[in-house]
Amino acid sequence: MTSRLHIRTPSLREVESQGEGHTGSATADIISTVEFNHTGELLATGDKGGRVVIFQREPESKNAPHSQGEYDVYSTFQSHEPEFDYLKSLEIEEKINKIKWLPQQNAAHSLLSTNDKTIKLWKITERDKRPEGYNLKDEEGKLKDLSTVTSLQVPVLKPMDLMVEVSPRRIFANGHTYHINSISVNSDCETYMSADDLRINLWHLAITDRSFNIVDIKPANMEDLTEVITASEFHPHHCNLFVYSSSKGSLRLCDMRAAALCDKHSKLFEEPEDPSNRSFFSEIISSVSDVKFSHSGRYMLTRDYLTVKVWDLNMEARPIETYQVHDYLRSKLCSLYENDCIFDKFECAWNGSDSVIMTGAYNNFFRMFDRNTKRDVTLEASRESSKPRAVLKPRRVCVGGKRRRDDISVDSLDFTKKILHTAWHPAENIIAIAATNNLYIFQDKVNSDMH
Amino acid sequence: MLSKGLKRKREEEEEKEPLAVDAWWLDPGHASVAQAPPAVASSSLFDLSVLKLHHSLQQSEPDLRHLVLVVNTLRRIQASMAPAAALPPVPSPPAAPSVADNLLASSDAALSASMASLLEDLSHIEGLSQAPQPLADEGPPGRSIGGAAPSLGALDLLGPATGCLLDDGLEGLFEDIDTSMYDNELWAPASEGLKPGPEDGPGKVEAPELDEAELDYLMDVLVGTQALERPPGPGR
Repeated sequence: MTSRLHIRTPSLREVESQGEGHTGSATADIISTVEFNHTGELLATGDKGGRVVIFQREPESKNAPHSQGEYDVYSTFQSHEPEFDYLKSLEIEEKINKIKWLPQQNAAHSLLSTNDKTIKLWKITERDKRPEGYNLKDEEGKLKDLSTVTSLQVPVLKPMDLMVEVSPRRIFANGHTYHINSISVNSDCETYMSADDLRINLWHLAITDRSFNIVDIKPANMEDLTEVITASEFHPHHCNLFVYSSSKGSLRLCDMRAAALCDKHSKLFEEPEDPSNRSFFSEIISSVSDVKFSHSGRYMLTRDYLTVKVWDLNMEARPIETYQVHDYLRSKLCSLYENDCIFDKFECAWNGSDSVIMTGAYNNFFRMFDRNTKRDVTLEASRESSKPRAVLKPRRVCVGGKRRRDDISVDSLDFTKKILHTAWHPAENIIAIAATNNLYIFQDKVNSDMH
Repeated sequence: MLSKGLKRKREEEEEKEPLAVDAWWLDPGHASVAQAPPAVASSSLFDLSVLKLHHSLQQSEPDLRHLVLVVNTLRRIQASMAPAAALPPVPSPPAAPSVADNLLASSDAALSASMASLLEDLSHIEGLSQAPQPLADEGPPGRSIGGAAPSLGALDLLGPATGCLLDDGLEGLFEDIDTSMYDNELWAPASEGLKPGPEDGPGKVEAPELDEAELDYLMDVLVGTQALERPPGPGR
């Protein structure tokens, strides 16, 4: 076993979250989404308290070989505040459900962040110079006495400490009655979609006062409701294609060229139920919690409660690959139903070359599957077992039978420690893992096999 | 919650029972199969699901995904508990079930009906947001939200629309369901465990043992204490 993954030093976020316990805001620090930008230079996290923290990768320098490309805090801002809907007498949570970066088109960076109801477009700019040498104003900005001005000078730009400024450029409100679960930027860089439990809307990035409804699965009679939308994403290359997943485990690929309202799918991806594994909970565990197109655009990755599946866009009948994340939980579904863990929504991620897929699990474990070698590994994101620059040790869950020394038994798994949100750098082997209110960033320094 | 180091043996045993209901539901991984009488095992899972359903509906804004999954699971459980009785495809209006009726069939109808009406109310909420209209004075902005007092939250705004919860449909629902579930603390340390329902099996027809006090308690749990006291002002 030669995998060598290094953990970076704990981030500023981790330090802050420990200190904020006194205000009871420890839950506000729970990370609710993680997303790299398109180059991987920036990493954004959103939390339950409505804040966004952006990390920037330091450029590698010969002077400090140990801090090769590590991530440090770049900017922190409050994206969403708790709101109160007076009409319905409901509180709207400020928790950030999703963040998506826009492709960078100029010196500024832009991202979309959303809570249950409102999407916001944020612009992040840097200021590292300031003009000095005004003719009419002095250093403090006060007007000079004109009689003292004897010559004219051209103001020059002098360097200053880097200042990162964040401003909300658009607020896309009142588009959703139900809770937003996904947003996805179109490859045309002009539009994006937002999906809630029953509807998907298409927005133009520059227009906030209207959106187009492109999917509506709300039945005429709510009593006929049996299925909800769980996730959706635009195709990475074809601006007319998008996919959405449902609580019944199906995927629908839709083509916006076909009709204004894409209620009729172009393709329906569904795997028939395995009769030998049938139980009362079959539907719940088949509910898809995340769907991601591969970078190539040829495959889709889905996560349901016990597995991750790779689907070929050209084959609707069944996935081409299925990986067991934690099959040892199959016999414990009743307990997990009782304590609601069976409803946990895990995300999944592709690596840059679409050869490895990753997803989180319980006990702060996360799993990686190599599609080519068919090898998989279980790793743990925890402070106890990881020190800066330490090498991560693979973990194993034993179900019974022979047990090795460091194995964890199924019964001692901590189900409160769940890794729901993970992200993979678009090009390199760097992964970001959100474990409750801690962010772990692992970098693979050496090319490695997995066992 | 299952946490590190805590073994839940009792849960292990119980979880095997619901899976042993019928060959169709069997998990081949289990050694012990036919442990408990099928009807009793399903009943505890049924009760658990009903409890989850009501808990979910009590949220001011229910998680639709959670709600839909619980309802669908509940329908599956019901189907297995009464395989002979066909599930009514369209829920009939809530009616006081006659004693002679199959308990489960009527329970299902009443459940579907109250579920249907509650889901209908959810769509009314959307109607409200799209066409703002003066509200009945049920919902002053100063009302507190959240888990402080169990209440139907926004559903209360609709007043008459939720009236159906308070008529025969709801009472009919609870006449048929074993209420010992509600009296026990479900998540207490496994001292009591889940009491199996007394007589929920199909074919058993009898008047349930439910006196006034218990019914009132259940009503309060569901409807909240709106009638008795106003919750305090908005807090977080």
